[in-house]
Amino acid sequence: MKGQASEHKSMEAKALSIGYKGVPIVSNIDFSLNTGDFTSIIGINGVGKSTLLRTLAHMQNHISGSVLVDGLEIGSYNSLELATKMSVVLTESLASKNLSVLELVMLGRQPYTNWIGTLTEDDKIQVKNAIVNLDLESIQHKKCYELSDGQLQRVMIARALAQDTSIILLDEPTTHLDLFHKVRILKLLKEIAKNTQKTIIYTTHEIDMAIQLCDKMILLDGQNNPFGQPCELIENKSFENIFPKDTVVFDPETGTFKIKK
Amino acid sequence: MPLKTHSTSFIILAFLLMGAFVLNISLGSVTIPFKHIFSILFGSTIENSSWEYIIINYRIPKAITAMLSGAALALSGLLMQTLFRNPLAGPFVLGISSGASLGAALLIMGSSFITSYVSIAYINDISLAIAASIGSFLVLFAVVIVASKVKDTMALLIIGLMFGSITGAVVSVLSYFTQAEKLQQYVYWSFGSVGNLTWGQLSILASLTVIGILLSILCIKPLNTLLLGESYAKTMGIHLKKSRYMIILATGLLAGSVTAFAGPIAFLGLAVPHLARQIFKTTNHRVLVPAVILFGAIVLLICDTVAQLPGSESVLPINAITSIIGAPVVIWLLLRKRKMVF
Repeated sequence: MKGQASEHKSMEAKALSIGYKGVPIVSNIDFSLNTGDFTSIIGINGVGKSTLLRTLAHMQNHISGSVLVDGLEIGSYNSLELATKMSVVLTESLASKNLSVLELVMLGRQPYTNWIGTLTEDDKIQVKNAIVNLDLESIQHKKCYELSDGQLQRVMIARALAQDTSIILLDEPTTHLDLFHKVRILKLLKEIAKNTQKTIIYTTHEIDMAIQLCDKMILLDGQNNPFGQPCELIENKSFENIFPKDTVVFDPETGTFKIKK
Repeated sequence: MPLKTHSTSFIILAFLLMGAFVLNISLGSVTIPFKHIFSILFGSTIENSSWEYIIINYRIPKAITAMLSGAALALSGLLMQTLFRNPLAGPFVLGISSGASLGAALLIMGSSFITSYVSIAYINDISLAIAASIGSFLVLFAVVIVASKVKDTMALLIIGLMFGSITGAVVSVLSYFTQAEKLQQYVYWSFGSVGNLTWGQLSILASLTVIGILLSILCIKPLNTLLLGESYAKTMGIHLKKSRYMIILATGLLAGSVTAFAGPIAFLGLAVPHLARQIFKTTNHRVLVPAVILFGAIVLLICDTVAQLPGSESVLPINAITSIIGAPVVIWLLLRKRKMVF
C-alpha cells in the first residue's frame, strides 16, 4: 500500500525564498519533513505563512532556493502528477455552496477519474473511507450551505483525504472554530498523519496547541526561520522572538504565551 | 452513478419536449387540424398542399430554431454561471449579445452614414446574421484577449459588462442619428424572432450549436472542478487556462450564433440553469448539461407558442415573452431561497 512505505523525506525546502512578482517577503527557509510528520507553520500576521503554504502547494512560484517533493524539484512535476502527491485545504470559501457533502468529497477523486469524471469502484471506496474517517456519514447528503464552520472544515479535509495524497497542506484550518472544534480538528489531523503516514503541514495562530501536538514546527520570523521539534525550539528560545517583547512573553515552563502586564 | 437516479426526470423532460414541439407546430395564424399535422410529420401527403407548405417550410424550421436557440442559450448560461462563480451570469454578461447588437446596428443604421458613397444594396436576414456574428465574435475575441491578461474571473465579468455598456452607447448614438425606418428595422431585429429561418440558415445554426454542445461536454469535468473555486481547481490537476478558453469559446459559439440568427433573447440563459438545479437538486454538470439543453429547448418552444398568439395574425416579440416569464422566475427563486446559490 502507498503511504505504508518506510519513512522517507516527503517534503524539503532548501534556502527557499518566497514572495510575489520577484520581490521576496521571506528568505532563508530550510526544513525537511518525513512521512507521518504533523507540522505547523507559525508566525506573526503578514509574515508570509499563507504565501509559504501556497508556494509549497505550487499555487505560486518561489523566488529562489528549492522545494523538493519526494526528493524531486516541485517544478519537475506536471499539475496532474502533483495533484496525486499533495492536496490542499484553503481558507477561501467554496465557489458553489450548493454542492452536497458527498458531491464535494467525490470531487477529491478528480485527478484519478477519466475525461468525464466517472468514479470507479476504487474511487467510491476512497470516498467512503474519507467520509467515515471524518465522521460525516450522517450529513453526507446535506448541502454545504447548511453546514456549520466546523462541519465544513471536516468536509474539506475529507475531500483532501479522498484525493489520496502523501502530503496534505492546510491554511489555517482552525480559524472560526471554538476551542473544542479546534482541538478536535487538530487531533484528527494528527491521527491521520500517524495512521496513514501522511505528511501534514498547516498554518496556525494557535502556537500553544501546536507546541503540544506537532512533531515539527516551522517558525517564520522573517530572519533565520527556525525549524525543529517543539522542545528543541523552546530550548533554543526561538519562540521568544516571534512577537515584540513588550506585549507578550513566552513561558518555557508551560509552553504558552503570557500577556505582559 | 448520478445519471441513473435522474433517468426518470430525463424521460419526463424528453416527453415534455416532444409535447411542446407538437403543440408549437399545431398552433399558428392558420388553423390546421391536428390529424393532418401528424400526417405531415410522418411524411404522408395530404390534400391541402398549402397546409403542408406552412408546416414544412415555416412551422417546423421555426420550432427547430426555437429548440436549438433555447438549448444553446440555456447551456451558455450554465457555463457562464459556473465559470464566473456568479448566479447572475448569463450569455449577456460577457457582452457577446451586445456585440451582436452592435454588428446588427452598424449594418442597419450605420449604413445610412455611408450610403452617399457606397451603396449597400439592401439588408436581408443573411447579411444581418453575418453582421451580428462578426459583432459577437469581435467582442468575444476582445474578451478572450482580456481574459489572458486578467486572472480574476470577477474582473473579467465586470469587463464583459463594460463591453456591453460601450456597445450599448454606440447603438444609442447610431439610433439618434439614423432615419426612422432604419431605426424601426433595428428595433424589430432586437425584438428577437425564431421564425423566418430557411432550412439553409437553420443548418448553419444547428452545426454551430452542436459544436458548442460538444465543447461543453468536453468541459464537464473542469466545470465540476471549478465548483470548488479556481485556487482549488489549480491543485486538482486540471489545465485551468485551457479549460477557461474552451468554456468561453463554447459560450461564444452558442450565444453568438443564436443572437445572430434569432436576435437577442433575454433571461433564458440566466433562468433555465437555476430551474434545472432546483429540479435535479445537483450541481454535477454531467446531469446539468443535458438537463439545461432539454429545459432550454422546452422553455423557448413554449415561449414561442405563446408569442405567436394562437389563432391571431400577430406575433409578439419573443424577447418580451422570455423577459415576462424569466424575470418573475428569477425573483421567485430569490424569494424562495433567500439567496441565490448555484
